[in-house]
Parts: sequence; C-alpha cells; structure tokens
Amino acid sequence: MTASTTSAGPARVAGPAPARPASSSRKGRPRGLLLIWGFVLPALLVYATFVLIPVALAAVYSFFNWNGLSALERFIGFDNYVRALTDPVFIGAMGNNAAIVVLSLLVQGPLAIGVALLLNRPLRGRTLIRTLIFVPYVLSEVVAGLAFRLILPPGGPFDSFLTALGWAGEKPLWLADPDVAFWTLFAVLTWKYLGFAIILMLAGLQGVPEELGEAAAIDGASWWQTQRHITLPLLGPTIRIWAFLSMIGALQLFDMVFILTGGGPVNATETMATYMVEYGNGRSQIGYGSAVAVILFIVSLAVALLYQRFVLRRDLTGAITRGG
Amino acid sequence: MSAPTRTHSPADSSPAADAARPAPRSEVPTTSRRTRRDWSAPIAYLIALVVCGITIAPVVYVIIGGFRTTAQINRDPSGWPDPWVFDKYLAVFTNPGFWTQFANSSIVALATTTGVVVLGVMAAFVIARYEFFGRGFLFSLFTAGLLFPLTVAVLPLFTMLRGFGLLGNLMAVIAPQVAFALPTTIIILVPFLRAIPAELEDAAVIDGASRFTFFLRVLLPLSWPGLVTVGVLAFVASWNAYLLPLLLLGNPATATLPVGVQYFSTAYSQDTAGVLAFTSIAMLPALLFFTLAQRRIVGGLTGAVKG
Repeated sequence: MTASTTSAGPARVAGPAPARPASSSRKGRPRGLLLIWGFVLPALLVYATFVLIPVALAAVYSFFNWNGLSALERFIGFDNYVRALTDPVFIGAMGNNAAIVVLSLLVQGPLAIGVALLLNRPLRGRTLIRTLIFVPYVLSEVVAGLAFRLILPPGGPFDSFLTALGWAGEKPLWLADPDVAFWTLFAVLTWKYLGFAIILMLAGLQGVPEELGEAAAIDGASWWQTQRHITLPLLGPTIRIWAFLSMIGALQLFDMVFILTGGGPVNATETMATYMVEYGNGRSQIGYGSAVAVILFIVSLAVALLYQRFVLRRDLTGAITRGG
Repeated sequence: MSAPTRTHSPADSSPAADAARPAPRSEVPTTSRRTRRDWSAPIAYLIALVVCGITIAPVVYVIIGGFRTTAQINRDPSGWPDPWVFDKYLAVFTNPGFWTQFANSSIVALATTTGVVVLGVMAAFVIARYEFFGRGFLFSLFTAGLLFPLTVAVLPLFTMLRGFGLLGNLMAVIAPQVAFALPTTIIILVPFLRAIPAELEDAAVIDGASRFTFFLRVLLPLSWPGLVTVGVLAFVASWNAYLLPLLLLGNPATATLPVGVQYFSTAYSQDTAGVLAFTSIAMLPALLFFTLAQRRIVGGLTGAVKG
C-alpha cells in the first residue's frame, strides 16, 4: 500500500459523497448567509489558490514549450504529450507504476489479510504488536529510504546477515543492478506499507460479529472454513477501500523512489512522478513536466473513476455518509 | 513472491532485534488458553513475532548503528557497538543546522495543522448543518480535491510562489499543505458535525445564543475528537512531507528535517555512523508523536474507511 506520497493522507476516501441535506439543515436567511459565506470563504480561497489554480495552470503549461522563466508564448499544441508517450523511458516509468499497482494488490493484500486473520484474537501484548507493526508507516519515506540505503549496499549489513544465514556466494547488487533494483524497491515499499494494510484489516475485522464465527464453529466449520465463507466476505468493504488507496498511492509514488534509487539504475525504477520532477525541476522543462503531470492525473482519475464505478459503488454510500 | 517477508530481516539475528520484541516472546507461555484450537494461538504469536521483527529490525539497526564509529561499521557492518560511542548523537544535537531544520519542521507542521483544522471545521460546519445555494456544489468541489495529487500541482506551485517572491519562505510550504489537506479534513468532519443533534442548536438559540456562539461554545467542544483526528493526520503528513519542502525551500541546509536528513546523508556520505545517528534522531519525533497519538492516528485512518 503506497498511499500518501506527501500530503495525500491515506484517510482519503474515494470520490465525492452525495451531499444529502441533513434533516437538521436550516434554511439560510440573509444574516445566515453572511455567516455561511464568512465560514466557507477562507477555506475556499486557500483551496482555489493552491489546489485548483495550480492544477489548471499545469494543464495550460502542458501545451507550451516553456522553461518557467521566459514569456509563455511558444504554443506547441500536443507536442509535449506526443513526446512523453513516445519516450521509452516514460513508457517504462508507466510500466513500473502499473507493475507496483498490480504487485501491491497481489502480494501486500493477501499477506496483510492473512496476518490480520491470524492476529485477530485476544492476544496478550496486542497494543504493543499493533504499535510495532505500524512503525514503518509512521516514518517518513525519506527516513525509511535512507535507512535502507545504508542497509543494502554491497557488503553492507544486509549482505552480512545473508552470509550469516549461510548464503556464502556473491550477493546481488540490491540497488545498483537494473534487473534487481525494481524488486528491491517493491520489497522496501512492502515493508513500508504492509503495516498500514494489516492495521486497516484488523480494524475491519472488529466490525465482523464474533457470534457468526461461534455459530459456524458450533455447526462444525473449521477455522479455515469460517474465515473463507464468513469473515472474508464481511471484510470485503475494507479490502476494497484498501485496494483503492493502494492503487492511487502506487500511481503517485515519488519520495521513496527518489531517495532510494533516484529512478535508476538506467531508469529501472523510474516512476511517472520521478520522471516529472526530473524534467520539470531538474531540467527546467516546465511545459514538458506539466504534460507528464497531466498524464499522471488522467491515469489516476481514470483508475479512480473506473474502480468506483465497478467496484466501490455499493460500499461508498454508507462508508462516507455515516457518522465518523 | 514471498520475498518481501524474507528479505528484510537483516538484523533479525542481532541482539538488537531481540531486545526490541521481548513482549510477544514472554507471553508465549500464557497462550495455552482453553480454546478448542490451542495450536493456533502459538502460531499467531509466532507470526506476530516475525512480522514485528521484520518491521522493526531496520529501525533498530539505524538507532544502534548511531552508537558505533564508522570504523567499527566498516569492519563489521552488522555488529554490536564496541565500545558504545555517543559522539555521533552529540554531534547531531550540537549541529546548528539540525536545530534550524527541527524548528522549521515544527513551525510548518504546527501552522499547517492549525490552518487545516480552523479552515476545515468552519467550512465543514456550514456544509454539514445549513442549507444554502451552492452547498452541494461546494462539497463536491472539495471532495474532488482527493483526485488532485500534489505531484500534479507542484510545478505550477513552484512558478507561482516564485512569482510571489515566497521561495525559501516557510509560508510557501504551509499554504499549499493546508490547501491539499482540506479535502480529507472536510470529508472526515462533515458527517461528524452532522451527527450532532439539531435539538442542541435549537436549545442554544432559544437561550439567546447566536449561531456563532453555538459554533464556538457548543459545537467545537463536542467535535473535539474529530478535530484531534484530522489534526493528527495533518501534522504527521506535514512532518513527513518531502516534495514540497524540497522544491520550494531552496537551501537544503535550512529546509525541513526530511530534506535536511537527505542533504546530510549526501554531504557526509563517508561518515556512515554520523548519517545513522542523524537519521535516527530524525525518526524520533515521528515515533514519539505516534506513540502518544496512536489511537487517534489508527482511528483516523480506519474511521474514514469503516464509516
């Protein structure tokens, strides 16, 4: 699960909730209107200035050849988009994002569900276990990435740990071999975000009534049968929300990659976001970087809308509108 | 692909990792409860032990490594400090750059949290409890913000804030962070504020209170748990943020802690022990804060999901 590159808090729940008028709503009268807009306007102004306008500007810049300093006048239509979509490096970056999305769902999801099912019982020291499992998620990606850069160098602590386990031969270059680096990155991401998924699943499991499991046990169901036919289906909404957060986070992945590998070696771990920063900031190609940002946005939007349309629809009505 | 579980247990065999997880182990004997499936409890403890070991081992390695010298580390990368050296940690605490970054991180996180909570609760209050023209549109507009990742906006923000002459100023990070945290905040707070009974407002109005007084004296105290949750989420996100401070604050030596740590590790890459010490000090605030606010963080993350 790789939600929240920076400010994208994982509590973000998919999509707009129906703004159903509450029964307690009051009709706005003139004096009330003053209060209403006085309360809403500050938030709206900040939101428009620093979210809506920059996003719109990115769309505008993407049609220009612009270095961010000169006058914005070299309109080049869709050239930036064509350039990005024909650059093998960018295509590779999109592929990496897609691979992380799929791998996260296939590896982190089942792992987290399995661990959560096993831990979902009255364990002594439960609070401590939860705290420890959650630690990687609370660390910033920068700190976590730096820690692994110190742990994974050739002949470093991880290699000597493997030697101690009995692997005498040459170890792979975890971060420097283009064929290995992507898998190292994915393993580190799993380390960073598995705890979040486990905690989320454990919270979801608390919503599954114990009586159901007891009834099934009385009827002779095995532990596995109970999990498979009762617990897992009831955990469905939590799994689907986790998958959504994980996908969106994986598409926008930046910090960890930038720290751990910088997108290398030989672009093996490049993502859409690192590619964008490299061109937009590193090489001052603001126009081109903006086109990449717009592509990133469109991909995220398409994934989010499709997922909501086909998977999340039945969960969302209750999930957002019910009281927190 | 069971690799992730296996590959990241470098310090598993080190005494450090054992020290970090005494509790689950000491509890194993107590697990022979009178359940029908006695065998599954030890397995649960074993799994818990393995998972906790893997999550905590890298962290423990970094913290312990800070107590060694670079020579010790070069000789044996995964050894135990011999002797324990405190110089590297002391060096971090006497490094003025660290304190600048620490102060900047604190100011940015506190200001972001305050801004998000104040603006968010005001907007969420009227969106949740009053009917007015444009209300539905407003709520949709804010929730749509969930789909705008910061990465999309960061290049225009850079040119825009450079135009304002704000590059290098902490405000350049605070204002966008507040803006990007507003959607989550409003989405969490609206149902929360809507759940507060209308009768309370009627009673307050009958007693002669204005809407504003009701908001200040009745609603805010009642919604305190929700405010703490969104506040904690905003604080942690801000404390860990990297991309915005990296691009907008310029000089890494006087940026926030994540940028500063990265800068230190590049500038002093030969001083492995120093980098380990600096990295673990940078971890510390997040770990402490998390331990204090753990219930709120977990509740906040899962609350929005569970409804």
